[in-house]
Amino acid sequence: MAGERIGAWGRGKRPLRINVFDEFRRQYAWQIRELGFMVRLLGRNPSAVAGFAIIAGMVAMALAAPVLAPFNPIQISLGDRLLPPGGAHWFGTDELGRDILTRVMYGARISLWIGVIVVVIAGGLGAVIGAVSGYLGRRFDDLIMRVMDVILSFPPLVLAMALAAALGPSLNNAILAVAFVMIPKFARMVRGEALAVKEKQFIAAARASGAGSLWIVWHHVLPNCLSSVIVLGTLILGETILIAASLSFIGLGAQPPTPEWGAMISVGRKFLMDQWWYATFPGVFILVTVIGFNIFGDALRDVLDPRIRR
Amino acid sequence: MGAVVEAQNLIKHFPIRSGFLGRRVAYLKAVDGVSFSVERGETLGLVGESGCGKTTVGHLVLNLLTPDRGSVRFKGVDVRHLRGKALRALRRNIQVVFQDPHSSLDPRMLVKKTVGAPLAVNRLARGAELVQRVKAMLAEVGLNEEHVYRYPHEFSGGQRQRIGIARALITGPEFVVFDEPTSALDVSVQAQILNLVKELQRRHGYAYLFISHDLGVVKHMSHRIAVMYLGIIVETAASDSLFAAPLHPYTRALMNALPEPDPARRTMRALLAGDVPSPVHLPPGCRFHPRCPEVQGICTQRAPELREVKPGHRAACHLYR
Amino acid sequence: MSGPNEPLLEVRDLAVQFFTYQGTVRALEGVSLSVARGEIMGLVGETGCGKSVLARSVLRLIADPPGKITAGAIRFKGRDLLTLSRREMRRIRGNEISMIFQEPMSSLNPVFTVGSQMLEVVALHQAVGREEGRRICVEMLRQVKMPDAEQVLAKYPHELSGGMRQRVMIAMELSCRPDLLLADEPTTALDVTVQAQVLAILEGLTRQRGVAVLFISHDLGVIAQLCDRVAVMYAGGIIETAPAGAIFAAPRHPYTRGLLHAIPRIAARQESLAVIPGSVPSLVDPPPGCRFHPRCAERFFPCDRVVPPFYEPAPGHRVACHLHAGEEGRRSWERS
Repeated sequence: MAGERIGAWGRGKRPLRINVFDEFRRQYAWQIRELGFMVRLLGRNPSAVAGFAIIAGMVAMALAAPVLAPFNPIQISLGDRLLPPGGAHWFGTDELGRDILTRVMYGARISLWIGVIVVVIAGGLGAVIGAVSGYLGRRFDDLIMRVMDVILSFPPLVLAMALAAALGPSLNNAILAVAFVMIPKFARMVRGEALAVKEKQFIAAARASGAGSLWIVWHHVLPNCLSSVIVLGTLILGETILIAASLSFIGLGAQPPTPEWGAMISVGRKFLMDQWWYATFPGVFILVTVIGFNIFGDALRDVLDPRIRR
Repeated sequence: MGAVVEAQNLIKHFPIRSGFLGRRVAYLKAVDGVSFSVERGETLGLVGESGCGKTTVGHLVLNLLTPDRGSVRFKGVDVRHLRGKALRALRRNIQVVFQDPHSSLDPRMLVKKTVGAPLAVNRLARGAELVQRVKAMLAEVGLNEEHVYRYPHEFSGGQRQRIGIARALITGPEFVVFDEPTSALDVSVQAQILNLVKELQRRHGYAYLFISHDLGVVKHMSHRIAVMYLGIIVETAASDSLFAAPLHPYTRALMNALPEPDPARRTMRALLAGDVPSPVHLPPGCRFHPRCPEVQGICTQRAPELREVKPGHRAACHLYR
Repeated sequence: MSGPNEPLLEVRDLAVQFFTYQGTVRALEGVSLSVARGEIMGLVGETGCGKSVLARSVLRLIADPPGKITAGAIRFKGRDLLTLSRREMRRIRGNEISMIFQEPMSSLNPVFTVGSQMLEVVALHQAVGREEGRRICVEMLRQVKMPDAEQVLAKYPHELSGGMRQRVMIAMELSCRPDLLLADEPTTALDVTVQAQVLAILEGLTRQRGVAVLFISHDLGVIAQLCDRVAVMYAGGIIETAPAGAIFAAPRHPYTRGLLHAIPRIAARQESLAVIPGSVPSLVDPPPGCRFHPRCAERFFPCDRVVPPFYEPAPGHRVACHLHAGEEGRRSWERS
């Protein structure tokens, strides 16, 4: 039976099973083409390539940490305390004899994970809040936007600290705190876009055919804001990693012995004078990751901006 | 024969707010007492220059705006009192085709979803049945079944307008508002769309309200025509009667200003001086008097009423008392 | 150099291409056109046919990249504009050739008053004092029949209506006494009653001063009311040129005929409008042979292979269509 199908395919008759894939391809033909176009444009942009290379390198390192890392990240080996870089320990070891390279690699998992989770939560909630607020307008919009203004009026790190402290020091609470702080950034931007989309005639057409506000927000407003949310998300990912690391640095985020970059710097600070490698390597990784997300986000914004197209 | 849609004395004034507290400083009198009715199988053309309120009338009829005063009746029922199921039935029966074929379709939505949306939101069809009906509708407006999985930007302006028409007609409405449906299109494509719209009416007996600034297009499409100026109807008549003998000086000026594609008859004359006054500060008396070539003493004092001058031909002008 | 019978502007075999991500757009190909002194020449065509590109090429205002004039010559008063230096070109723009656009808002600076912008233009061309300059501006506005000319000088562009702004533009562009005015859809954004006013002013002033006009429009009605001669464009090329009377009374190209029949008229009764099927082709990959052939009801064997040359079925009436080929033309496609 299966053999027959393959044979039929060879003669140009499409077997049934392929149809699902075919339908998918037909339905998303535009997106596929658009994606290819975008990738080509990004490929021509040197900073996009550099940013992407950094991000891809970090992600690969994070995913492959259990395979690639030479040591166990939390196993204590007091005999190897504070060894300088070289030989078996490329980045040296910490005060409990753990390999810093290994811990930095595992730390990438945590930092990237925090970044992604925060952006998904804040981006999702922020986009919905912004879209509803912009579309409904009037009093509701005024109320929501004033609340967002209040959140935005605090420096993000300070507010995140206060929240994380109030919730109690743990990684999950740090994620919640940072996400909360980031919501207004998404909400404000999406609201602006929603205001523009709202004036389009297809919204009036949808209303005339009886669509309710929620339907319109979900099917018209949000999809039209998606590309901006992705761009902002990429840019904010860098900032998020930085703030999360800062929270860990002051002890409000990841708790020892979790190999988190900020927490490592925090402990390494005490040894900065004599064992420079302890705090330096996690710091360099934070720096490089944040820069990677920022330059890639900038390039992505340029490519997605319809004004520079065609 | 009863009217499908009947508008009675529609009034819509938009407040103009200013200052910190948004105090109302003035009103923009967009629509200031407009009445008309449209019967089954009939097209009423609504013609006027920009800012005359014709689009606002369209929005009022569609229930996208609520009139300050006056009512819109659909088959004798005041639409303002409709709720729930009855309101949904109304939405299904009154549809709209907009002007701009770029802004009237969501660039991120498949044609299937755009055209199927009125069915989906009114819970008239779903899944395979919805796709089937969308395909049938596309065929009826002269598009291809395969177009269901395309995005708006893949179509030309004329095809986009066909998609807009398919969306308006898929629920089988009785009444359709066309708001300048061809003013963004080139003439060769405009002709295709106008013929299609007319043919669909012949086939299904829809009642149309056809809004346009182009007298030629309105004449071609309409059985009856209402000419609007600054929020009111200044003249209304059967199409033939209006073009044979326009009564209101504004209608005559509009017709004279229309450039005919015939150099042997260089008839285009600028009869009117000046621009349309702002609908915020209306002139006293007849709204047209500052631009009217036949202005009399009374015109500056009293607003003329829309009255029947000849059978079926009404004009709001002191010349016909 | 330039004899009395030589046209003021002569465009010969002009080709313009745009290099985009979608491919090379062949926006103009083999376009030839002439405008005599004092003549109002109409250029009519649908969206994307290249009529604005043609006007911009004359002033060399094509953005490069992505656009490029790849072939041809544009002779103005005997000089080829395409060989002039940037500096010489700047002197021609606004002095000898002026241009007005569809949306005057884009040519007027929103943060300066109309008066200060007009004074600037006056000062560029004449050495006059403030008072004298102001007097000239008021005079200019009076000539375009601007009501309350003095008050208008103190206003900002957004305080004027579209028709008034277009009058200001006409006044400014004609103040430097150009020989040629390029008018790119100057009345498309206006209401018909205002359009009639603006066109009357434009025609009156240019005829009175002997300014030649290249009037670009998509509206055959406006063209018929205004122009001495008309060129019809389709998909990047001119397909028919004739005196206005001839082209409207006896159009030769099937496209021109189709366009004329597609207009809903108020003077005639039409049950249904004649239709040109299909839509304008992409200029990235235009059809071979005659670019109109896929939509043409009268196409026959050479149309999809041979690009039609211009035939002259009547004096001054040139048409690029194989239907009008003589014996000679027929032999030429049989050979190919």
